[in-house]
Amino acid sequence: MKIEEKQRYIISRNIDIFLTGLYEAGVFMSRFFRQAFRRPFEFKETIRQCYEVGYKSFPLITLTGFITGLVFTKQSRPSLAEFGATSWLPSLVAIAIIRALAPLVTALIAAGKVGSNIGAELGSMKVTEQIDAMEVSAINPFKYLVVTRVLATTFMIPVLMCYTGFVAMMGSYINVHTNEATSFISFFQQAFEKISFLDIISSVVKSIAYGFTIGIVGCYKGFNASQGTEGVGRAANASVVLSMFLIFLEEVLLVQITNNIRG
Amino acid sequence: MIRPLKEKDAVIEVSDLYKSFGEKHVLRGVDLTLHKMENLAVLGRSGSGKSVLIKIIVRLLTQDSGGVNVLGNEVETLNEKELMAMRLKIGFSFQNSALYDSMTVGENLKFPLVRNVRNLKKKQIDEEVASVLEAVGLSETIDQMPSELSGGQKKRIGIARTLILRPEIMLYDEPTAGLDPITSIEINNLIKSVREQYKTSSIIITHDLSCAKTTSDRVAMLFEGQFIKVGTFDEVFSTNDERIQSFYNYNFIK
Repeated sequence: MKIEEKQRYIISRNIDIFLTGLYEAGVFMSRFFRQAFRRPFEFKETIRQCYEVGYKSFPLITLTGFITGLVFTKQSRPSLAEFGATSWLPSLVAIAIIRALAPLVTALIAAGKVGSNIGAELGSMKVTEQIDAMEVSAINPFKYLVVTRVLATTFMIPVLMCYTGFVAMMGSYINVHTNEATSFISFFQQAFEKISFLDIISSVVKSIAYGFTIGIVGCYKGFNASQGTEGVGRAANASVVLSMFLIFLEEVLLVQITNNIRG
Repeated sequence: MIRPLKEKDAVIEVSDLYKSFGEKHVLRGVDLTLHKMENLAVLGRSGSGKSVLIKIIVRLLTQDSGGVNVLGNEVETLNEKELMAMRLKIGFSFQNSALYDSMTVGENLKFPLVRNVRNLKKKQIDEEVASVLEAVGLSETIDQMPSELSGGQKKRIGIARTLILRPEIMLYDEPTAGLDPITSIEINNLIKSVREQYKTSSIIITHDLSCAKTTSDRVAMLFEGQFIKVGTFDEVFSTNDERIQSFYNYNFIK
């Protein structure tokens, strides 16, 4: 048998690596869609992952969501006060939180907490041959580890987003109530006056996209980790950085689409 | 694809196997036959392609060319379902044990069983777990986490995890690497008792001569991606081949 003596690059080393990476990520995603809808379904593990992703993120999400609402209201007041328009605060804050802040803050927090966790966990399993051990035990590691985690992030990020929106509005209400003595009912009536069904649906759709991105990126980076503990660190880091980058790209794209629909 | 093995009592046949990683040619035309109930040690220096060989046998890696036939299955042609069925007949003991570190010892053992054998009752599962733990002499560790075990205990649990599926073939990747001499002897004895108790045929990847001598019926010496000598331990190490002698002397001095 003839063994090729020299490895040749098609364009250049870096471009080849980039294009190969894109191709492999595409293959990874198509594998996810093929396996996600094929029996047997991993219900138990998916629910366990939903608990890991969702329930365990509540304390951090509560804190960041509340502070986001509180600070945003506090910082917006002086500008509105200049025009004597502080009564617009509830609706301004509600639009900002529901259209942009809640999905984005939730996604970025989850990318940091959940994405890095998935990348590190799968990366560690990869370099210690635990994934290989599953394969040789006739267990499909992709289905058990990847499909369950991606489904969990895709389901739970929208739930967390709704919760973030709620606590952020509560943070805002406390600030408004302290300064303007507005009642709870009056605050929320004003806040939701300007919110449409499209605003809520677009945020949910955005969160689904962000959740899928966080899960698939974390799993892809973890599943392809190499070179020992250093590789695990790189996988965790790359999961966060790439997820955040893609989340911002999706935000730009989805805002554009929503605005076009809104007309 | 199913193709009968050439030799009647063979369980694995590897023919003209080539594997490269980039410019590094790891295997260069490897031929190997493992017979029923035989323990075969594959010896060689680190990086000589020993582990790559057994990873190709279970298709964790794919060869560049050549054929691997396991129990009549052409490994490279199997579809996913057939591959899973074939893997159930092979136990693979990893060099670093590869225990699932988020599960207890008991859960590590139950995991492959409950996922591969349907309709098992809890009592049957518990009995199977207790049985393999007893076989490796570690019944007391059932509720411990892998991080609480010593290197030798991890190896034993790794072997127990493969035995729970009652494999016909065992592949041991460096079973005594990183262990002290006494623990190594215990692992060697375990490998022998596994063959007697579970009627397995085994390939033992090692660079430890005492492990090869104690556990195997035949030894295959891998050098730069090719087998340079196959035979009993004494046959292999009685030759004047400088490459084999230097490996022997290095082990002896070490």
